[in-house]
Amino acid sequence: MNEDAEVEPASKGNALAALLSRPELGAVAGAAVVFTFFAVVAGDQGFLTKNGAINYLEVAAQVGVLASAVTLLMIAGEFDLSVGSMIGAAGVLLALPVTELGWHLWLALPFTFAAAACIGLINGLLVVRTGVPAFIVTLAALFILRGVTIGVTGLITDSTQVVGVREALGDDPLLPLFAGEVAGLPVSIAWWLGLTALGAWLLSRTRFGNWALATGGDADAARSTGVPVRRVKVLLFCSTALAAALVGVLVVLGTGSADVLGGELKEFEAITAAVIGGTLLTGGYGSVVGAAFGALIFGMVSQGIFFTGVAADWFQSVLGAMLLAAVLVNQFARRRALEARR
Amino acid sequence: MTTAAALEARNVSKRFQGVQALSGVSVDVPHGAVTCLLGDNGAGKSTLIKILSGIHPPDQGEVALDGTRVRFRSPRDALDLGIACVYQDLAMIPLMPVARNFVLGREPTRGRGPARRVDWKHAADVTRHQLENVGIRLRDPNQPVGTLSGGERQCVAIARAVYFGASVLILDEPTSALGVREAGLVLRLVRETRDRGLAVLFITHNVAHAEAIGDRFIVLNRGKELARCVSGEVGREELQDLMAGGPEMDALVADRKTAT
Repeated sequence: MNEDAEVEPASKGNALAALLSRPELGAVAGAAVVFTFFAVVAGDQGFLTKNGAINYLEVAAQVGVLASAVTLLMIAGEFDLSVGSMIGAAGVLLALPVTELGWHLWLALPFTFAAAACIGLINGLLVVRTGVPAFIVTLAALFILRGVTIGVTGLITDSTQVVGVREALGDDPLLPLFAGEVAGLPVSIAWWLGLTALGAWLLSRTRFGNWALATGGDADAARSTGVPVRRVKVLLFCSTALAAALVGVLVVLGTGSADVLGGELKEFEAITAAVIGGTLLTGGYGSVVGAAFGALIFGMVSQGIFFTGVAADWFQSVLGAMLLAAVLVNQFARRRALEARR
Repeated sequence: MTTAAALEARNVSKRFQGVQALSGVSVDVPHGAVTCLLGDNGAGKSTLIKILSGIHPPDQGEVALDGTRVRFRSPRDALDLGIACVYQDLAMIPLMPVARNFVLGREPTRGRGPARRVDWKHAADVTRHQLENVGIRLRDPNQPVGTLSGGERQCVAIARAVYFGASVLILDEPTSALGVREAGLVLRLVRETRDRGLAVLFITHNVAHAEAIGDRFIVLNRGKELARCVSGEVGREELQDLMAGGPEMDALVADRKTAT
């Protein structure tokens, strides 16, 4: 903005400024630091082996699938605290018809995803129609969903688990899509990468992505230029519920059983990954690729600590510190972006 | 002004939670002219433009475009009919790049089906070119809008509306928060826009800005029309008096005179 800006050569400083203002910068650098740290400290305890990598990538994949959708919703300026409960609910919604009614996956999967989409739809409509903050609406959904999941499962199975899903399914032709391996890696990792690519494409290349950014940046301004703000938000609430349902399905078909407490705290893990990835809590700014790196950091820290032999209790403290550091770095980067001179 | 006005409010009224914001106001906005809507805070200016741009429906009365009655369900409806509204404070989304803001809601696309994607290169070219036309040189169309000055942001919003084919431009206090030089930039662009034949409704409480570019003036006070005149008929002081609610100010001045 100031006058002497005209004097200095633009191109070089501009490219650097552009790089520094990328939202995912902090997460990429953070992932490199975390990887290097554990490679040095725990390299000879198995962190660098293929199994070690699969170990943390699987943890990252679950968070990453969720985060790909949660990030887009946060960019549009909203929250979904109910995704953790949705994972548990979806697991039971899949497992009960399979074990109790003998449904095949071609029927049970559409049923589970349709139910999840409905819950996302209800969350979204409640938020945009009533004006009650998403924080409250989805917090209520968190409790309601979990309670219903525990209650219904208890009534039907008399326990907190639904077991025997794999046995009931046999060799269902759809099973390899959600359990087992592709190219030597767990299939959940493929879902994570695929959904990250899809989310990144949506955000950077489609009109819908531009609308999501505008909705979170300033909903009134977006509406006045003709962006269907409400529809954008409702669709994104559906997508977070669907992503949660996918995680639930992956867990149930991977382990063969559903637990009513499945997915607990996953809502905060997904939000953590999104924020470490450079997404603003207030909306309007963020990166799906950044969130994938946030999920990767989450996976490496949670499993890496185990490899170092340090008590795993420290994991949460490390994660909290990283979250805080990431927010501070991102805040600085954003201020730089807005101060960038023409 | 013999031809049918581009945009008209006919006898519109609007009530909000017990407050009569507008009662029976008629405004016409002809092509190729700047119609200034003047009034103090609470005069009903904002309510009127929200009705004209499709944010609120009127309780009574109607809106007409080129002589035909229209009903808007959302701002999108009004936009599709060529009525663009530029608001003082919510013209732009600061963290979004200029080019993304410029094409927002009308993003150019290429490809079909699932491969349909926004053509960002085209968007950047259009943005750079259109802004050069209004005298803003961008170093990079992907810089955030937040790096532009307030006047430049207003100009981007106006250029955007014109580029996407608006025939009616509603400007809500575009110059109120700006310094003198910045306001001049915006006022010049408004005049150019009028000269291209657009119908401009310019809302302000700054009489100097209204006088600089206005062809017609409508003064609102407490939800009703107080006065209406064309450029040259009345002077700045008279307009100022009308806007400030004339008689009340006179009474104040009289009080002061008797006191001293």
